[in-house]
Amino acid sequence: MKRFTDLYGRLDATTKTSEKEALLVDYFRAVPPGDGAVAVRILSGGRQSRAVSTALLRTWAAEAAGIPDWLVEECYAHVGDLAETLALVLPEPVASPPTAAAMEWGGLADCLRGTVDSIRAEGDEGQKRAMVEEIWRGLGPAERIVWHKFLTGGLRVGVSRTLVARALAVVAGVEPAEMLERLIAARLERAEDYLELLDPTANTTSRRPYPFFLAAPLDEPPAGLGDVAGWQVEWKWDGVRAQLVCRGGETALWTRGEEIVGERFPEVIAAAERLPDGTVLDGELLVVRGGRQLGFDQLSKRLHRKAPTRRDTAELPVAFLAYDLLEAGGVDLRAEPLGQRRRQLETLAAALGWPVFEPPLVGDPLPSPARDSVPFLLSPLLAPADWDAVVTARTTARDRGVEGVMLKRRDGAYGVGRTRGEWWKWKIEPLEIDAVLIGAVAGHGRRAGLHTDYTFGVWHDGRLVKIANAYSGLNDEELTEIDRIIRATTLEKKGPWRGVTATLVMELAFERVAESTRHASGVAVRFPRIVRWRKDKSPAEAGTLADLRALVAPVDPVSLLPPSTHLPPTPRPISRPSERQTRLWEEGE
Amino acid sequence: MTDLLEVTDAGLYCPAGGFWVDPWRSVPRAVITHAHADHARSGCDRYLCAAPGKLVMRSRLGGRVPIDTLRYGESTTFNGVKVSLHPAGHVLGSAQVRVEHGGIVWVVSGDYKTAPDPTCAPFEPVRCDVFVTESTFGLPIYRWPAPETIAAEINAWWRANQAEGKTSVLLAYALGKAQRLAAMVDPSIGPIHGHGAVMKLVRAYRDSGVRLPPIDAVPARAKRVGQGRALVIAPPSVAGSGWLRVFGEVAVAQASGWMTVRGIRRRRGFEKGFVVSDHADFPGLVAAVAATGARRVLVTHGSSEAFARFLRGRGLEADVLATRFTGEQPDRDDAGDAGDDDGVGSEAEPDVPGPDMSRPDDGAAVDPADRGELS
Repeated sequence: MKRFTDLYGRLDATTKTSEKEALLVDYFRAVPPGDGAVAVRILSGGRQSRAVSTALLRTWAAEAAGIPDWLVEECYAHVGDLAETLALVLPEPVASPPTAAAMEWGGLADCLRGTVDSIRAEGDEGQKRAMVEEIWRGLGPAERIVWHKFLTGGLRVGVSRTLVARALAVVAGVEPAEMLERLIAARLERAEDYLELLDPTANTTSRRPYPFFLAAPLDEPPAGLGDVAGWQVEWKWDGVRAQLVCRGGETALWTRGEEIVGERFPEVIAAAERLPDGTVLDGELLVVRGGRQLGFDQLSKRLHRKAPTRRDTAELPVAFLAYDLLEAGGVDLRAEPLGQRRRQLETLAAALGWPVFEPPLVGDPLPSPARDSVPFLLSPLLAPADWDAVVTARTTARDRGVEGVMLKRRDGAYGVGRTRGEWWKWKIEPLEIDAVLIGAVAGHGRRAGLHTDYTFGVWHDGRLVKIANAYSGLNDEELTEIDRIIRATTLEKKGPWRGVTATLVMELAFERVAESTRHASGVAVRFPRIVRWRKDKSPAEAGTLADLRALVAPVDPVSLLPPSTHLPPTPRPISRPSERQTRLWEEGE
Repeated sequence: MTDLLEVTDAGLYCPAGGFWVDPWRSVPRAVITHAHADHARSGCDRYLCAAPGKLVMRSRLGGRVPIDTLRYGESTTFNGVKVSLHPAGHVLGSAQVRVEHGGIVWVVSGDYKTAPDPTCAPFEPVRCDVFVTESTFGLPIYRWPAPETIAAEINAWWRANQAEGKTSVLLAYALGKAQRLAAMVDPSIGPIHGHGAVMKLVRAYRDSGVRLPPIDAVPARAKRVGQGRALVIAPPSVAGSGWLRVFGEVAVAQASGWMTVRGIRRRRGFEKGFVVSDHADFPGLVAAVAATGARRVLVTHGSSEAFARFLRGRGLEADVLATRFTGEQPDRDDAGDAGDDDGVGSEAEPDVPGPDMSRPDDGAAVDPADRGELS
């Protein structure tokens, strides 16, 4: 345990990736395999269920520290990390208690079993509390942080799964990509799991996906990319990127965040039974009903339903839109040129009767009878005569409900990660509006103590109505300056939230505006982010709700369901989205 | 009954006595708690400060300004209002201002700390009816380690850097913290160098009779200094600047109370932080308030709202007093002196780019840092 706490402290103390990798390599080499399995699981973002609710921990810590509950919340807003906040407010550890020796111990796995698991298993709240308080008495602040993270189920140390895989690859003497594949599918519970992960000769067949090949954003018009004929041009879909892996008679559906989500999309898994064994498809999950794609918000409703009902699958049917074939007959095709892979994909689609899904323009009559609930679709190829045709096609993207166009080199292999020059995503220009900052809360992590998560409004009937929360797009200097202004212009405080006098105008960009009954403003903006701070504008010059409404995407008649079939709105989460959720929401390529 | 002191446009004013405490505009008569720039501003007609701080004040305000002094505990009167100065333990010459009139006593703390400091007189509680306290670190997460513990940590860090051939650069506020650190560390480990802003005050401290270890200035045209063995004490604004080039390979650490919080240290891009502050920690503030016996407490800069609410919960009459003293922003140095220390760290790490979330208006923003940092 001590070893792990030290590692955590050292990882936390450096911002250099190379140093982090070296620390991980040293740790993985030295750690006993049983602890190694647990450590890899924790470091690569695996979550476990929490042993105690954070609400109870806050209350207990407040009482142990002799301070009121509200003051713990103030501290949390300031520190931006609950595990750290509680570690800092708790009283100093009692000198050399028996538990301190126990914490040196045994090792990570024993610590988790001996303290965290037994606290989780304890049903009696009073007993739980006694156990937690005993550990608190034995630990200093640095150890408490790590232990709290175990207790509450999440530990983030600023290392990505990719970095963990790179370090493990060094230890095992295998390629990083290979290790990443192993890592995605590994169970990581026992010593054997760790040894298998590091076995240079391990057999890798399983239901692992391949690492996703990612597109780089194209900032310039594509004329400089050479002959258009050398490029496969497709739509950039507004769904969730996914791989479907059929091996050994079983099917796994993986998102780009490397979550297995098959149980959420039973219609896709059921239809995948017709796929030959040894097939891996790369594509996008979309809600398609009546021949039209519904918005991402509809898909996110399905993503939130771990066990969808038949009504869910009927009203929001999800389809897997295939655009690449990575494995056929158990053979890895990634080194083949894209053109070759595409031909094989088309053959497969024809054999299984998958339709090509052309995204219709809003308002256009559908070319063929609306097909409901087709779980597999094929991504259409645009066949532009020249780059101008690509430019023209892209201008229709917003009305088709897609995000732009993809350009993929026809003779290219399916690579790893984001390799510039192979795949480009050319998104439509964002929509923009000047909005007024009306409130803020303090940020977390590196932005702790600074008010960096902003609420924006636009004018309507002489007052500002909230339209979006946004926090990305400004540099540290601007964040610091804005923090100072927010503190100086605070009108009201509600917990960590400060409402401010309207003085700051920011240019916001977003992908789409839609009507929404869930928002007081009546509109929902998708993907809001800050483009620049408009120091040249006064709040009176900012945009209006009417300006924003003028940008609302035309309503697709198909999405206007009779009220009886409307699904209840997804409850708004009260807490921050978990890392897991964030990964799920991450856009497809 | 009117208050003995009130906040006006020019600062904290005593109407009965006709003087201001730490005014932020030019006034005829300024009583100054200490020489940091947010408390001691130039342009007033006459200044009054504690005698041990006169030379430090001079180095800040210039040579010609009339500065009157009082010894700690000695008193004077303005229009029948009795004024005396008492040690605040913050920096050399820092004082609490005791104001007595009509049988009522107010004490303005200025900035203070209750932890020991070899370079200035220790904080002395003064009984009063109304206590005006700072609250820079007025949250219970702020609890300072013992100075010996921190000194040992800094010494170990310095030695470890020497072993790797790196010069140790310790970033600290030029007035007070820099001299205190120099007096804390073990000078037998290696040579100590000071930035120009630090050296100016090192001279003022020495001229005031404070014993400090040998500290060398960095020569103007130096090409190589310290040979990877030195400890360099400099204001935070040098971080990432060309000034550090003469020291070869460096290890940089910040010495500040804010270093308690990991996120703040990371944002400023420092790999190492030492928790050293010239302000009181939370237990220090609570103890200081209790020791005054004051029934009424006015809380100035820092976590003033939270600290005032906490005190109200303990049965005191406590309110926030809005002043222009800084010290609140973690992205400045503790002392909030913009003259030496602008916020730093802005180039240390680029902001996390790009759009993040796909869900409109989720009601809770997502921290980019929570998303794992690289791929």
